[in-house]
Amino acid sequence: MASGSPAKQTPVGRQLPLHKGVIVIDVIFADHLVEAGTGGFWGDTAWIMLVTPFIAFLAILAVGKRLRYQGGEIAVAALAINLIWATALFILNMTEGVLDLSHTYEIGRIGSNLVFELGWALDGLSIMMYFLVNFVGLLVFIYALGYMEGDRRVPWFFAAFSLFAGAMLILVGAPNLIQLIIGWEGVGLASYFLIGFYWEDMENVKAGNKAFMTNKLADVGLLLGAVIIGVTLGTFDFAALDTAAFEQDSALAAVAVVAGLLLFFGAMGKSAQFPLHIWLPDAMAGPTPVSALMHAATMVTAGVFLMARTFPLFEYLATEARTIMVAIGAITLFAIGLLALVADDIKKVLAYSTVSQLGYMMTAVAAGGYTAGLFHLFTHAFFKALLFLGAGSVIHAVHSNYMSDMGGLRKHMPTTFWTFIIGSAALAGIFPLAGFWSKDEILATLGHEGYTTVMWIAIAGAFVTAFYMTRCVALTFFGTYKGHGHPHESPRIMTAPLIGLAIPSVLFGLVNIPGVELPGIQNFTTWLGIRVVGMGDHHPEGIDLTLAVIGTVAALLGAVVGWLIWGRDRSTQRERDWLEVPGLYPLLRRKYFIDDAADGVVALTMGPMARLVNWTNDYIIDGIVNGVAALTKALGNVVYNGLDQVGIDGIYNGISAFADNAGAALRKLQTGRVQQYAGGFVAGALILVVLFVWVV
Amino acid sequence: MIANQFLILAAALFALGVYGLLVRRNIVLILLSVELMLNAVNINLITFESMLDTPEAIGQVFSVFVITVAAAEVGIGLAIVLLIFRNRQSANVDELDLMRW
Amino acid sequence: MEWLETWGLTVTVFLPIVGALLLGFINRDNENALKRTGLAVAVITFVVSLGVVAGFDFGAGGYNSYQFEVNETWIAAINANYHVGVDGISLPLLVLSTFIVMLAVIYSWNHWEEPKNPKAFLILTLILATGLNGTFVALDLVLFFIFFEIVLLPMYFMIGIWGDKTPRKIPGFSKMHETRLYAAIKFFLFTLFGSAFMLLGFLALYFESGNVGAERTFDIPTLTELGASGAFSGPGNFAFLVFGAMFLGFAVKVPMWPLHTWLPDAHTAAPTVGSVLLAAIMLKLGSYGFIRISLPILPDEAVSWAPFIAILAVIGIIYGSLACLAQTDMKRLIAFSSVGHMGFVMLGIATMTDVGINASIIGMVAHGLITGLLFFIAGSMSHRYHTREMARLGGNMKLMPVMGGILAFTAMASLGLPGLAGFWGEFMSLVGSYNPLEGLSLGVFRTAMVLGAIGTVLTAGYMLYLLQQVNLGEPSAEWEGHQFHDVDRFEATAWIPLIVLIVVIGFFPRVIFDSTTDAVTSLVEMAFGGETTASIGSLTRGG
Repeated sequence: MASGSPAKQTPVGRQLPLHKGVIVIDVIFADHLVEAGTGGFWGDTAWIMLVTPFIAFLAILAVGKRLRYQGGEIAVAALAINLIWATALFILNMTEGVLDLSHTYEIGRIGSNLVFELGWALDGLSIMMYFLVNFVGLLVFIYALGYMEGDRRVPWFFAAFSLFAGAMLILVGAPNLIQLIIGWEGVGLASYFLIGFYWEDMENVKAGNKAFMTNKLADVGLLLGAVIIGVTLGTFDFAALDTAAFEQDSALAAVAVVAGLLLFFGAMGKSAQFPLHIWLPDAMAGPTPVSALMHAATMVTAGVFLMARTFPLFEYLATEARTIMVAIGAITLFAIGLLALVADDIKKVLAYSTVSQLGYMMTAVAAGGYTAGLFHLFTHAFFKALLFLGAGSVIHAVHSNYMSDMGGLRKHMPTTFWTFIIGSAALAGIFPLAGFWSKDEILATLGHEGYTTVMWIAIAGAFVTAFYMTRCVALTFFGTYKGHGHPHESPRIMTAPLIGLAIPSVLFGLVNIPGVELPGIQNFTTWLGIRVVGMGDHHPEGIDLTLAVIGTVAALLGAVVGWLIWGRDRSTQRERDWLEVPGLYPLLRRKYFIDDAADGVVALTMGPMARLVNWTNDYIIDGIVNGVAALTKALGNVVYNGLDQVGIDGIYNGISAFADNAGAALRKLQTGRVQQYAGGFVAGALILVVLFVWVV
Repeated sequence: MIANQFLILAAALFALGVYGLLVRRNIVLILLSVELMLNAVNINLITFESMLDTPEAIGQVFSVFVITVAAAEVGIGLAIVLLIFRNRQSANVDELDLMRW
Repeated sequence: MEWLETWGLTVTVFLPIVGALLLGFINRDNENALKRTGLAVAVITFVVSLGVVAGFDFGAGGYNSYQFEVNETWIAAINANYHVGVDGISLPLLVLSTFIVMLAVIYSWNHWEEPKNPKAFLILTLILATGLNGTFVALDLVLFFIFFEIVLLPMYFMIGIWGDKTPRKIPGFSKMHETRLYAAIKFFLFTLFGSAFMLLGFLALYFESGNVGAERTFDIPTLTELGASGAFSGPGNFAFLVFGAMFLGFAVKVPMWPLHTWLPDAHTAAPTVGSVLLAAIMLKLGSYGFIRISLPILPDEAVSWAPFIAILAVIGIIYGSLACLAQTDMKRLIAFSSVGHMGFVMLGIATMTDVGINASIIGMVAHGLITGLLFFIAGSMSHRYHTREMARLGGNMKLMPVMGGILAFTAMASLGLPGLAGFWGEFMSLVGSYNPLEGLSLGVFRTAMVLGAIGTVLTAGYMLYLLQQVNLGEPSAEWEGHQFHDVDRFEATAWIPLIVLIVVIGFFPRVIFDSTTDAVTSLVEMAFGGETTASIGSLTRGG
């Protein structure tokens, strides 16, 4: 089990209030001193990054229609400006000295203690995310200029996309939970808008609703977790949370597991962890650039980001929560990965793959692998965005999402093909691409932390990953073209971003080769989050060759098996065969021994499992979700029609109806006949006489 | 006691008036019945005055007052009856339910 | 500024009714003169209230320290005075009131509902404004009661005359009734029922103050001091009865479950401006009454009622949201959403902490802006489509993109999206109920917190349902080829300030907090003995 002992590397922390709103924490390691910087000009003006996308949002809505790219150029310009700051901070942090501070501005105060602030954090984690969001975002935006050309409502697309970028930067730049929540729901909103971008079709609207509602449900966890932490600490600040967790603050300890699990529940929604992953495949209804940036590279990693942000809470206090978190991550990475095997929609393949990779990240962070999880987050963003953009390029060419309409595109679209291959290989974890290093680090961390079973599941997951990516590549790019028309390579404006993403997919794994120190550059682990790492990240010192080999072999095996199945037949009909009649198919068609064996093994194991998982997904989890939705709706009907209208309003209406009916009954006495009145009069007089004479 | 006879007479007159008021259908007769009842009251007033013998002769004053009001009432009542008869060609109270809800 | 000090509030309160008198002298056919005069009065009132804000000393703090105070003898026989003043709690609500009335007049410029008659409508609006503004500044129970009741009549006539004429079957009644008549009478009777009890409570306080203090008084600050010193919390059930009586009066107005059923009918039947004023300001009279009168004057009783209020509030949240999911009428859906949102406001008050009460005030302001805007939009849409049935609508984004966009924005604000005004009230209510006043049952309040948080999910559910039904998808065949006027300039003028404010308060809640926090803190300290935010952070830590 994870050891929560902070004794290994004890930081000596002191807080120096520099000027209002800025707090610098110097952390001195037991062995070496790392200087704390302030970021200088770039750090002081980093707020620009958080603001430009919103300016772009308004500008696009105002004048977008009149421009050449219908506002796309404004969005691109905003992120280009941002990238200058992001890169500057990235380099500063890597070379000059590690930053760990935040600038804040008070936006509200209750009494003397409870303060709400907005600001921008400058530490390894947020700087990495600034760079990631702006770099990938910029390339995706450029790509979208070409991809969206001639589509409906292009200005709105870029406006909403800018809104997303702004909200995401607010999220990752958050120095406290409040700002994080603002960004968190902001990206959710943008996601809702963009999933339902083609809202003429109710299916897309419903996909958007599903995403929003699933996330909103999970947000209850985030919200309540924030409430508990905020009330307990008297502040929503992450720095204070880290310090309190490190010092084993007794008040925080009392609520840590509950608060931690609540936060994790929030993260499960955003990062599509089992069983809240259901919204993500449906979210593919949005335009492909949206899927690439939001539903693969950045937004869905927000949950992992949150876990990393609040890492000390889980590291020192909420250790009991970690088993559950690792388990959910492990289920997600394996079971949902299997689903990618049976999807025909190329975007759904990638979506399931994303869920599976998010499972890797979550497992790693939950197991204590702060660096490992974030490293994978970092590399995954590039190659998954690349894959989605490649898929978009293909979809753009063949006008279909279905791989059964594709095939043989290798010759027609060489740039797309080669970059897609790079992306797939990186995702599968083939040496020496980016994915290899990050996945290896996750495996090593899991082993190091003693989660052996989970480590083997992760290795199996690596096999599955290579397997389905091979299938995807084979069905899309090899064989003969099965669609209509003549597919062409996409225009330069779309292929250039592909190349721009392919380069980091190859190279960025090198920033964190375990045990290798580059001259003049901070070690990635140090760089990434000095505060947290100082408190004891569980980071393997050197490279574990055995694990690296096992991982690579698993991936290669997956690729080979996949190739043997789909590299030859190249039709989606094939897996239908072995899925429909497990085990029977290979007996009938023994073409090649290996082919059949692979078929047999896969059919007997993967097929039913995949179908089971798929069935579970469609009928149990989705069934529960739909059931709950229908039930809630029905409950609404009962409450309104039964309770409110008949029950409560019934009482009020009953009272007035009684008065009304009594009046109606009584007024019949007024006949208008004088003699009847006189009769009553006389009768009354007689009664009075009787009363006076005989009774009184 | 001498007063008894007058009181019995008054009661009898009053009862006749009530009877007429309740059973007659003709408005004129109903009005006459009302007059009968008023005069019964007058007899009562004078009877009691003669017994009590107040210095201000309240009983007599009151009965004169009642006679005056009764005259006015009959005047207005007959005028209304006349109008109703002109409009409806009938003086039957059963056909008159204008005051109905 | 000297003039403003003494006359500012009086002008804010009475200028509208003077304006209403002026309108009486203008010929009813001269529509332009009527509208211009009405608008001028509303604008001047708003500007004067802004002057009050400018002259307000935000640093003065302290509950019971009112500014712009005027205290003149009024009815000497019962010691009722013309006593008005503002503090940090009433200031935002006063400005909200003058602001919304102004926007309502602008909006009504070209939105006269049948049977038109701008003169009568404007006169009623201005009388209503006097009642609303007056309630927020009154510091004397008799004055408060009178203003509180003044608002009833104009609203009754607005609903009854300009309201929805569709006949409606009322359960229990044999005949069909016009919706507007049913709604108007229901609204009137409910509120009157509540305020009758409230008046009894006020009178009881008056007489009791003579027993415990030097002199019988209706003066709110004096009663507050008496209350804080525990004068009304002696043995016997005096406090219980008085609180209960006032509770009925305020709870009907809020409205709290199960006294809410007048609200959906009144909101749905009322003309657009009527719905806006009802939702944006009138509902706040009730919750304001709790904060201004019930809590500080009877603090001990308030604490013992708190769990009960919290439970009703949470029932309101869940119940209102569920009822929304069953609606087919757009306006009725928005009306029911008020039940849920005011539930959060009341939950905040029930925590009896400064966090909770601040939450309720910002919640009131946010609800005023957001739901006001929603009713404006609903009104404009039914003005164009001539129906409010969501099943018949759809594809509004295609027919009226700007209107649809504003509707989407407002719906998001209404579901409490962080970064927009609605978030703070909900979030801080939850913060407050996690850590209510010391001595209150943690079990009740933390359950309330969880249920309230689930309520936010339901809120999102019905708001998305509204958008899906109204805004998205293809327009139904009924509207195919129809040309609709998108947002016109009067609508834009009335709505844009609301949108801007919703965003500004969303990102800078200090716009409200800077005004409220000191006053609320000292209220809580004075009434409940000081456990305030100081307890946050040291709640479990120190002991």
